[in-house]
Parts: sequence; C-alpha cells; structure tokens
Amino acid sequence: MHSHDETDDENVYDALATADDDGRWAFGTGFDAGTAEIDAPVPDGVDRDDLATYCLMLADDALVASQRLSGWTTKAPELEEEVALANIALDLLGQARVLLARAGHLGAAEPYRGERSDGKGGCAGPQDDEDVLAYFRDDRAFRNVTLVETDLGDFAQTVAWLLVLASWRLALLRRLTGSRDPVLAAVAGKAVKELTYHRDYAAQWVLRLGDGTALSHARMQAGLEAVWPFVEELFTAHAVERRLVDAGVAVDPTELRWEVDAVLDQVLPAATLTRPERPAVGLVGGRGGRDGVHTEALGLVLAVMQSLARAHPEATW
Amino acid sequence: MTVTEDETRDLEADFERTVAAEGRIEPRDWMPEGYRRTLIRQIAQHAHSEIIGMQPEGNWILRAPSLRRKAILLAKVQDEAGHGLYLYSATETLGVDRAELTEKLIDAKQKYSSIFNYPTLTFADIGVIGWLVDGAAICNQVPLCRSSYGPYARAMVRICKEESFHQRQGFELLRTLMAGTDAQRAMVQDAVDRWWWPSLMMFGPADGDSPNTQQSMAWRIKRHTNDELRQRYVDMTVPQAAALGVTLPDPELRWNEERQAHDFGAIDWDEFAQVVKGAGPCNAQRLANRRAAHEEGQWVRDAAAAYAAKQARRTEGAAA
Repeated sequence: MHSHDETDDENVYDALATADDDGRWAFGTGFDAGTAEIDAPVPDGVDRDDLATYCLMLADDALVASQRLSGWTTKAPELEEEVALANIALDLLGQARVLLARAGHLGAAEPYRGERSDGKGGCAGPQDDEDVLAYFRDDRAFRNVTLVETDLGDFAQTVAWLLVLASWRLALLRRLTGSRDPVLAAVAGKAVKELTYHRDYAAQWVLRLGDGTALSHARMQAGLEAVWPFVEELFTAHAVERRLVDAGVAVDPTELRWEVDAVLDQVLPAATLTRPERPAVGLVGGRGGRDGVHTEALGLVLAVMQSLARAHPEATW
Repeated sequence: MTVTEDETRDLEADFERTVAAEGRIEPRDWMPEGYRRTLIRQIAQHAHSEIIGMQPEGNWILRAPSLRRKAILLAKVQDEAGHGLYLYSATETLGVDRAELTEKLIDAKQKYSSIFNYPTLTFADIGVIGWLVDGAAICNQVPLCRSSYGPYARAMVRICKEESFHQRQGFELLRTLMAGTDAQRAMVQDAVDRWWWPSLMMFGPADGDSPNTQQSMAWRIKRHTNDELRQRYVDMTVPQAAALGVTLPDPELRWNEERQAHDFGAIDWDEFAQVVKGAGPCNAQRLANRRAAHEEGQWVRDAAAAYAAKQARRTEGAAA
C-alpha cells in the first residue's frame, strides 16, 4: 500500500494565476561567463580590434554550428537523440553568447547600430550587443570556419561533422583556458566540459553506425567523406590569430592537428571506417571563412536566422 | 497458473479499496484490464502530444529573433522531448513499448492533443502557446500529480514543474512584446485571437459528451471533469489577459457574480470534431513529419541494435 504525498493542487493553481517577476521561469537560458566579467580590461599589449575579431571567430563557429544542429529538432532518429542534439546546440549557443557579448564590449557591434555607412539598415533599437552581432551583421562579416555552415546531411554526416568539430574545438578551448584574456579563459574553462561530452556523444554514434549494419557503415563512410574537405581549414592560422598567439591570448590552430588526428585514429579504425583521402575545398583568392569568404550555404543559413529580427529593426524581444 | 473467480473478486476488492483510500497502484499490483487500458490510452495520448507539440514551436527555433529567445525555445522543445520520454516510460510499466505506441501514433490509431493541429504563424504564437496552451495543459495536469497510478503521478510532478516554467516564459515573452512596438502588440492580439478558442477545446468535450470521464474519475485517474477544468482555466486566464492588455475574442465573456465564475460563449464543437477527426489545419502535416522522422531514423536504430548485438557477442567471446 502506498500513501499519497500531500500535493495541494489548489495552491499550485494560485501560484500560476499570479504574474510576478521572480525570474525562475527561464532555467538554463541566461548565460554565464564563468568567473570573468564581460567588461574585463584588454590585456596589455593586445590590440583591441584583434581581440574583438578573435572573439567573433570563436563565437561565430559556435553560433552557426548551433543553428545548423537546431535544424534537427523534431527530425532526430530517436527521442534520446532529440534531447542530446538540442543539448549540444544549447551549449554551443551559450558559448557563442558570451563571446559575442565580449566582442560587443570591445566595440564590434557599433558598426551595425543606427544608420550604417554602407546605406544598409542597421539595428534601430536598444538590442543587446549579442543580438546586434548575430542578427544585423551580414554573412561577409561572419568569421566562422566553413565547416560549421555546411548542410548536415543525414544523421551519419551529422555525427561525422560533430566528431570533427567537437574534437577540434575541444583541443582549441582546452589550450585557451590559459589565455591572458580572462573572458576567453573563463569561456574555455566552462566549454571544455561541454565539448568533451559532445565529442564522446559523436564518437559513440560513429562507432555504432560504422560498425552497425552494411547500410549504416556505407552511410557513415559517406558522411565522413562529405565532411572531410572542410577539415584542412581548421588547422590554418589567420593573421589575427597569429598576432594574438604571440600576445599570449589565442591558440595556434596549426598545433591542433595532432590532437584531432589522435581522436580520429582511435575512433575510425574501431568503427571499421577508413580515413578519407579527399582534397580540401579550394579558397577564393587565398581567403576562407575566417576572412569572411564563405560557402554559398552561409547566406541561406543567416537569411533564415535573421529574417524576423531584421523585419523589426527597432524591436526588442 | 490460473486465477479463480474468487481470487479475482478479492483482487478487485483490494484494488477498489486502495483507490478509494487514495492509495497508489504500482506496476506490480493487480489492476483491472479496463484500468490498464484507460491508463495506456491516456498516458500515450499525453506522450504523443508532447512529441507532436514540438513541431509548432520547433517551427520558430531557427528564426527566433534574439539569442535569449532562441535558447529558451530550444530548451523548451528539449523539455518536451524529455516529457515524452518519461511518459512513454510510464506506459512501459503497463506492458506496452514506445515503438508500438509510435506506430499507433503515425498510423493515426492513437490521438494527441487537438491544439497542435493549428499553425504557428508568427513569433507571438510562441508566447501564446506558452501562456494559453501550456496554461491549459497545467490545469489538466496538476490534478494528475495525484493520479492513482504511481508511475504516472510521479512523472506528472516533474512535468508540471517544467510546464509552469514554460507558462511563465510565454507570459513574459508576451509582456515584452506588449511593451514593444505597435507591430509587436498587433502580433500578440492576432495570436490570442487565433489560439483562445482552440485552447478552450483542449479540455475535451463538454461533460455530457465525454464518455470516459466518469469511469476515470471513479478510478482516480482523473480528478475533475472537463467542464470544471475549463472553467478554472477561464477564471485563471481572464485576469492575466487584463494584465497583459489583450482582449480575449469572446463578446460573451463576463464575470458572473452569482456563480463567482466567468460566463463564456459557446465553443464551436463542429470545429473541434473536425480537428479530432483529422481534418484540422495541420493534422496531415504533423503526422507526415513524425512519420518521416521515424521512418528515416529506422536505419540508425537498426545500426544501434546491430552494434549492441555485436558488442554483446564480443563480451561473451571474451568471457568464454
């Protein structure tokens, strides 16, 4: 025999009928910059604009990846994957928000407020910097690597993409915990735990699909092949990165290759997959995502993401 | 082993006593077949509603107009997938599995809440779904935290807590929009105009036309009639609408001093019947999307099963 606990549903209704500002309603949706404040001073000897650009690079990687992953909502192969993919998208969005706020604090949002010198409509309201940068910046000003903007294809391609992305970003942010910029160090400290989970989640699925059925094996190999041309860019240093590496603020992406390779060398053979041998996508006049020269995919991703915010440039939400 | 008629009578008497004394029935306890069937039907319908309900809100995740709103909406839709998971787990304690119920959903053999067959046309719909639809769902669900079936009651406690956050976020979004531009205010009123009547239909048919209510109440699966819950929802919502500054689209809505409750206009039960029958604005789309996700995920689930079987063989091989 089991007795009821005293749930008083009348009181629950009463509580709901009263609107108050206790702020409890949005669990986990605020952002947490960790221990550092967004307005921490720029470290000595560091160029402010370089630091802002570097924050945008790391923010845009996370923001665009989050946007792509969110596209899986209601389409995942199982409810557990629905929950996991949304969770990963939320983690990345959280990382992006702090980094955008930091970039905004360093002045990156100002060109997109009010009347713009290029005649395009800027943000006309009191929106937060993170939203000005996410919604009122054009694709050519996005600094993400092109891997994150690619169409995710099927579930196999998605987990191949996530394995590469999370392994790379984990290697990067783990080193960034030692950055001289306290905001980057704090963001990295929090993100390392998240990215470890993302990488492990992806690796588990690469194993299951690679070593599952003949069909899943073929799709897993094809997914890996589709992602491969975008891997080389991850290990290419931009001039801003190089300057900030010298200043002790940024991580040199060329140093990350062995760590990502080590993960792939462990996972791919166990998953009975072969490391692809496909050439990297070509650059346009030597310029890639970090320079704002993207694939055709990014314009469409942003067109969707920014449509409502841009239709109401004076509105806050 | 067969149970004699006398034994069945004893078990039934025990069951009735437990339920009448507000005790809880647990998975291993004996229960009448009708009770089991009713619970499976109700819990599955609730689980399906959570899963289908992800679609109208998911429609706006990619376009959410601020990063904070995007995070809130993603988290909310993720919670709904989580609710679906707990509820399907609760049905598993009654001897059915998730895959079987999913097949019934996509074959339209089991239902989900009719409300999710309406489209989300603007971002204000996201706020109104939180405020009105989740508000109505909470009115329905809070009493279920005291349902006689233990696993269902416990799942509902957790779900209701999260639903109340959802309702608050909806209300807060609407309050922000109402304090915004004229276009935003117009967007909210338009959304309220479209969702108010369907939200009243969420409580199901009027008491006189609700065939299952009486037995469900006797079994303490359900604790209030549809009309009682609908009235409570109206009475709760009217002051909130006033606080927001929106008009509920019902000229007959007014306070009745004598009843100490609001009177409200007649619900269009023909529309409700149409939607329940499958002819609502989005029924076909919602089911087609759910079917596509399920069918396109089959190869992934097959691969996971094949991999698990291989791993089990490897472990056995290593142990031998």
